[in-house]
Amino acid sequence: MPREGILVHNPYERMTKEQVRQIHHASMQILTDPGLISFNRRAAEIFASNGAEVTPVSSGDHPTWLVKIPEKLVLHALDSAPRIVKLGARNPDNALILNGEEPRVYFVTGSETNIWLDVEFPTYVKKSDPKIEIQVPEFRPRRGTVADLCQSAHVCEHLETLDGYIRTVNIQDKDITEDNKDVNKFFASLNNTTKHVMSGLTSLSQLDNVVNMARIIAGGEEELKQNPIISFITCLVKSPLQFVEDTTDTFIEVCKRGLPVVVSSSPQAGTTAPMKEAGIMAQINAEILAGITLGQLVNKGTPVLYGSVPVRARMDNLDDSYGAVETSQYNVDCSQMARYYKIPNYSTSGVCDPRTPGTQSSVERLFSDILVTLSGPQYLHCAYGLLECNSVFCLTQAVLDDAHFQMIKFFLRPARIDETEIAESLKQIREVMATPQKLYISYIRRAMRSRQISPPYPFEGDGEGDNVFALAHKRMQELLAKPVDHIDRATTARIFEEIPGLLRRQVDGLKTEG
Amino acid sequence: MSEEIIALLKENVIQGRKTIEDEGVDESLDGTPGVLELTQSAIEKGIPADEIIMHGLTAGMQIVGEKFAAKKYFIPDMLASAEAVGRAMDILKPHLEASNVETRGKFMIVTVKGDIHDIGKNIVAILLKGAGYEVNDLGIDVATEKIVEAVREGKPDYLGLSALLTTTRVVMGEIIEALKENGLRDKVKVLIGGTAVSDEYADEIGADAYCEDGFQAIKKLDAFQAART
Repeated sequence: MPREGILVHNPYERMTKEQVRQIHHASMQILTDPGLISFNRRAAEIFASNGAEVTPVSSGDHPTWLVKIPEKLVLHALDSAPRIVKLGARNPDNALILNGEEPRVYFVTGSETNIWLDVEFPTYVKKSDPKIEIQVPEFRPRRGTVADLCQSAHVCEHLETLDGYIRTVNIQDKDITEDNKDVNKFFASLNNTTKHVMSGLTSLSQLDNVVNMARIIAGGEEELKQNPIISFITCLVKSPLQFVEDTTDTFIEVCKRGLPVVVSSSPQAGTTAPMKEAGIMAQINAEILAGITLGQLVNKGTPVLYGSVPVRARMDNLDDSYGAVETSQYNVDCSQMARYYKIPNYSTSGVCDPRTPGTQSSVERLFSDILVTLSGPQYLHCAYGLLECNSVFCLTQAVLDDAHFQMIKFFLRPARIDETEIAESLKQIREVMATPQKLYISYIRRAMRSRQISPPYPFEGDGEGDNVFALAHKRMQELLAKPVDHIDRATTARIFEEIPGLLRRQVDGLKTEG
Repeated sequence: MSEEIIALLKENVIQGRKTIEDEGVDESLDGTPGVLELTQSAIEKGIPADEIIMHGLTAGMQIVGEKFAAKKYFIPDMLASAEAVGRAMDILKPHLEASNVETRGKFMIVTVKGDIHDIGKNIVAILLKGAGYEVNDLGIDVATEKIVEAVREGKPDYLGLSALLTTTRVVMGEIIEALKENGLRDKVKVLIGGTAVSDEYADEIGADAYCEDGFQAIKKLDAFQAART
């Protein structure tokens, strides 16, 4: 049985059907005029050999091509792209079934940050009354490591609402190089969570090592096909409208291998895309459709996700502003477009602008998490623990995020109103009205214990002070102390024998057999 | 046999089941007699009322209190058990009177004139009754003169006044003044409760205590009782 996620029964949509069609037609026009610039020769050749109008723009060290993709190519691609994409997992019960026609939402971490935020709780003494002491969280940023990634995957394994794992932190240890980063980040993730693992790839040279590792864990070639425990994110189109040389190569190679892959586009409204909703929507949709089309031309039927990460620019420094209200509007629109095409949607919410946890981060992340979830994207990369856009990760924040996703999931339970419920309620009302106190309290106890009543906020303090962060930190440490189901010793030994570049310290105590 | 009934009584108090139709905390007692049926059976089998109270009702409430303190039980559990015990006390009342067993104390409770809010008042009444006090609930929006008359006739040990509104809390002071004018103030302890009042307000109008909730009301009444003996 795959994970349930949460089915959104009446997904929130901002656009009318006519507006959706208008965006589609605008995107189709963009794909032929102005078309896309390709810095990738293979993409240009694939499009040219399939009837697209491809014109060299410049040659020399950095040759580029202008690619104009006709609508029929896109429509053929949309026909062949699977409606249902399975994302497997080391524990098959953690598999995810993404159905482009069903707004069932899975909550997932992401994205890769450079900074890991340590948390300490120093004690402060009140100057005017030294008897009064309080503990205030202090945040210490540092570069992320392999050990951090392991910790993060370990805790995320135990977060109830979390359905899948996208690596949260960029591993920057001294002994991590471009050549061993991919195998180490995939192993760290796969070894510490039994949920689905998705990641980008740093070096195309490592793709086969990563796929072989997944094949060993899954139990073979066919087993990996049936249970794809890993998938990839590729940002092959850089906004505005440019196929990037290296990531497009990665995308093509992943598609050839038939593993699930996200066609991710992340335009910034105001700089790399128009600020107006119609403009950014027409452009991001064109960019994603161009990627999906390329994927289907490479390998017809290969599983792809409509990956939308639109964001508005901050007006003060032109950084990404994930906390901006428009960012949520764009993401909700993208979810609707993906559903129009019946392709599973990889969407974004929960990213916030401040660099430390606090009131602003809570407001911004909860705002977008609620709204984007309501739009029904299948794979919601909802930034458990992410801060300062995509640059800082805090594990305690991830635990806090789990609590509010529990609230969102509870809210989205379908309304329980039917003949039986009505009859039972009428009986209760009549019984209570016949009593002197007229209270319904005695009827709620069993409901309370069978999780029919939403639980209290788990980090509510006893006193008047706000202890939320300290309580969440304690919870994080408890989760870290809980064991996880690591890859078994024999399989691990085989992985270390066959896959180059893995750091021995990832499996302290492992004795290689033979 | 009597031990079995008392044990079942205690278990049903813990589960907060009044009658055979009630839900408990879990399904283990579904469809079996609740506190009221068991109390009636116990009387019919000649089990003394004080034994029913001590080993069945009070022993059950003791466990409920412990579970509540340990956060295994919540207010709805406490109220369900207290209500079951309170209703059982109604059944036992004539038998207690016949055997000259006294209740813990007589408590009269009322929502004052101009105020119709009664959720808090009702909860306090249930909890106090479950704690063994004899509770007389005068209802809502009750005129001051009627309250004074009820105190004169009922001779309660305690009078609980409830008001939710800042516009109606002033009536509490008027009631205390009326009790004084009628020579009744020193015969009854006046406790006040409700969102609109506080410890300070209790002092201001000359009440004997302010109770934040039903649990505090039990504690304060128990303290007054202890001081009397």
